[in-house]
Amino acid sequence: MKPSPNFEFDDLQALLRFGSGHLTETHFMLLQIKDADAARQWLSTAPVSSATATRPPPDTSLQIAFSVDGLRTMGLQEHIIKDFSDEFITGLAGDESRSRRLGDTGANAPEHWEWGGKSGQTPHVLLMLYAQNGKMEDWKKTVETKLFKRAFKLFMTLPTTELEAKEPFGFIDGISQPKIDWAQQQSTDLHERDNYSNRLAVGEVVLGYRNEYGHYTPRPLIDPQQDIHATSLPDAEDEPAMKDFGRNGSYLVIRQLHQDVPGFWQFIDAASDADPEKREQLAASMVGRERDGTPLAPATPNHIPGIAWQNRDNHFTYELDPGGTRCPVSAHIRRSNPRTGDYPPGVSGFFSRIIKALGFGQNRPDEDLIASSRFHRLLRRGRSYGPRLTPEDAIKPDASTEPRGLQFICLVANISRQFEFVQNAWNISSKFGGVQNERDPLLGIRAPLLNGEETDHFNHPHPSGPMRTTAHLPQFITVRGGSYFFMPGLRALQYLATTPATDSDSSS
Amino acid sequence: MTPQSTFMIVAVVSDVQIKKLRQLLATMNYIPGHANPDNSLVPFGRFDRLHFARFMIIEAITADEIKEFGITPRPWPLTLAFFGDIDGDKDSFLAELTEHAGSGLKKIFSLCEGFSKDENNLLEWMKQRDIQPQANYINWIGRTVKQVHEEAALHKSLRRYLQKIVDDIGRENTLDLRQKLLSHIELEKYAGRLSLTPPEPTPIGWKIRNLLHLIGVPFILLLATPFFLLIAPFYLIRLRMLERSDPELFIRPDHAHLQKLTVQEDYDVTNQYNVFGDVKPGLLRLLTFKFMLFMLDYAARHIYKRGFLTRVRTIHFARWVFMDNNHRAFFASNYDGNHESYMDDFINKLGWGLNLSFSNAVGYPTTNWLIKDGAHRELPFKYTQRRHQLPSEVWYKAYPGLTATDLARNSRIRHGVENRQSSEKEIREWLSLI
Ligand code: HEM
Repeated sequence: MKPSPNFEFDDLQALLRFGSGHLTETHFMLLQIKDADAARQWLSTAPVSSATATRPPPDTSLQIAFSVDGLRTMGLQEHIIKDFSDEFITGLAGDESRSRRLGDTGANAPEHWEWGGKSGQTPHVLLMLYAQNGKMEDWKKTVETKLFKRAFKLFMTLPTTELEAKEPFGFIDGISQPKIDWAQQQSTDLHERDNYSNRLAVGEVVLGYRNEYGHYTPRPLIDPQQDIHATSLPDAEDEPAMKDFGRNGSYLVIRQLHQDVPGFWQFIDAASDADPEKREQLAASMVGRERDGTPLAPATPNHIPGIAWQNRDNHFTYELDPGGTRCPVSAHIRRSNPRTGDYPPGVSGFFSRIIKALGFGQNRPDEDLIASSRFHRLLRRGRSYGPRLTPEDAIKPDASTEPRGLQFICLVANISRQFEFVQNAWNISSKFGGVQNERDPLLGIRAPLLNGEETDHFNHPHPSGPMRTTAHLPQFITVRGGSYFFMPGLRALQYLATTPATDSDSSS
Repeated sequence: MTPQSTFMIVAVVSDVQIKKLRQLLATMNYIPGHANPDNSLVPFGRFDRLHFARFMIIEAITADEIKEFGITPRPWPLTLAFFGDIDGDKDSFLAELTEHAGSGLKKIFSLCEGFSKDENNLLEWMKQRDIQPQANYINWIGRTVKQVHEEAALHKSLRRYLQKIVDDIGRENTLDLRQKLLSHIELEKYAGRLSLTPPEPTPIGWKIRNLLHLIGVPFILLLATPFFLLIAPFYLIRLRMLERSDPELFIRPDHAHLQKLTVQEDYDVTNQYNVFGDVKPGLLRLLTFKFMLFMLDYAARHIYKRGFLTRVRTIHFARWVFMDNNHRAFFASNYDGNHESYMDDFINKLGWGLNLSFSNAVGYPTTNWLIKDGAHRELPFKYTQRRHQLPSEVWYKAYPGLTATDLARNSRIRHGVENRQSSEKEIREWLSLI
């Protein structure tokens, strides 16, 4: 499907459309706003990159996102802010119940974070610079003007390293992404989406468009009669009299996830009796892919919208492996995107749908335990950090333990239905898809259940019957920071840059 | 088989006492909203027939919504509700409660109206205030608390032993594995570490009543069919008119309210849920609501009694209750997973069913022909249910750490212990559950 020429890519920040894999260098800054006037002035001319495709592709890019405190400090009025989602307003770390839900407890608890964990200390701005190899220093100079230095205080620079295909554990990452349906051609009707599709409604990642329910996610709308500065904002599609501050914007979730690479490989090595082949197999079964990206699940003979037939790395669902004997149900990618449709497999028309809708005709007791994937997709844009360490080196007792990990970033339109759901109900759930008291082998915390049952193991269903169990998994990943941001559209950025400044001018 | 029953004792609480009552109830908890099974007021843990129980305050926090219909809200006093789900009959359970938790219950109820200091017939007092649900859902009719615990212990023991013998003799000889597991169970039983109590005979009275209900309801419906057909056109026209004209409320729950709800969620794999609101004005709405719940109750009793309610497999127990002389409706459930995943189930799997019933309640998103839209309007639906949701003061679950799926699997494992598999494939399947 060709992207609709009408889509307002020029109002969208580039990250929503491009992973920018050719821009291998990144510089992520967390900023505090020192001087809001200067910040607005800087923003009015900041070279923020849009999602318009150019040829050749740009050799640098600048993206910007604000936390709720950031928006407030910029002068965005409370009556506008209140229409953002509750999760965004409360923040990733602002609420113990949320932390419990996300597994941010124990060593992951916000109080231990390096940034974003303490209230009153959430960074205002996330500024993301991307550049081609060797061009970052110049790009930084371009961005960090005098005005910039007056406007912002550097809170911290997030560690990132030059882009590699592999994340720190050594697996190729970034293989599977939803394919955004820019042309808005796929039906979202509940009766037409029995099977898995990799195409995703624009409104699942960009505000101001229809989501997978066919509706518009609530977001700040402004009445231009009340606020003349808002006239330059896009119209709200669902409420034509209103201007849409959210349109072409997206929520950006960032979490700094420390990966214990030596710990991971040493544990796996010991659990595989130091046999390199077994070691690879066990690690692969935890991820759901081999290190080179080859999926463990068998290819599907059915067409998957949004994935080409030839793309073996993605042309699969878990339909042919319901018990998980090839790809364990608990594997990270199976949990993160179970590739389910709205109905369990085997629905073929009106009557069979009715029968399944009533809960009958199940081929297996566990065939319908997992929610439909399309309401819980994430557009991932993370980058890793830390020096490279191969598994072969990582298993050596003196392996370097320098900080390594992932700046996990995802873009979504509904933080609680997408990111929080995936993290809670899928990744760290001890009951996902009927698994037996185990959490995501990569990501999970290992806290026992309320009845004391341990969750620190990993089950690999086996065709012979009895499952293979790897016991006493330590925690491999620790949260070191994180925050919820909002990444506005370009016109919304201009609104932020101009409105409040002129307001205070006129009142003084 | 031991059938389950349910009780719900409601009593008005004066504004003066409410704070005291809340404080008293909170002393029963060991984490927010979660009862300590050995608490001194009502030591839930010692009642081995009790699956779930809770104390909560039914408060009309959304009473003003009905003004949108041009109707003055009816007064609603703060009301304490104490309800639970049990094995066997209600009366003997309430008697057991008075016997073993009498003084605690008296302390609690003495903060309610109509409970005099020298009330000596606690049992009678409770029975008078016990109200019946319009519909009741039980995940698995006949599965007792005792059975749940025995089967969970069985699974645990088998699992440990299976891992051990797989290490010893490998995983390929399934017959041998099975034999070893079965003898292990026998030994454990003999040693008193495991027991698999056979089901009690089903009470004959219950059997007869159930059978009469099973046939009686369709029979009456059949008789009434001509009448239904006759009124159907008028009904549908009127329904569509209402659906078009009913005021729609699209109000976000406020943050403080959400906090009250979420502080008690996600400690266990199961959570509790209560919602309360007004029935829409007019006879058509009330009768539709009642009829739908009547049908639901029938389906829950005779069809959805073995682990699933249509596609949803995460609800342990649920009840739908009319209150305030049919002007208000209350729903409570115990579900597995997080609130957001419960909503996912509601919207994507059970939306049509919720629409049929709850669209007759004030504040529910507009439906189309009773089953379309409604819950499928995701955020209006999520907002309204959260706004109508009430926290529980004290909530008890007899088997923390276990989901309804776990319970079903454990029963399948036991079934495999007691019934010889007929093929190698079946043995493998059984082994894969362990
Ligand atoms: C340091 C932590 C993490 C590591 C090492 C990691 C690693 C991986 C790897 C190797 C893949 C396979 C590559 C691919 O399919 O694109 C993958 C896929 C994925 N991960 Fe992670 N991940 C991490 C954290 C997370 C978190 C926190 C989430 C979400 C809450 C997440 C969600 C996903 C999703 C949605 C996919 C794609 C699955 C699919 O569509 O098939 N990951 N991850």
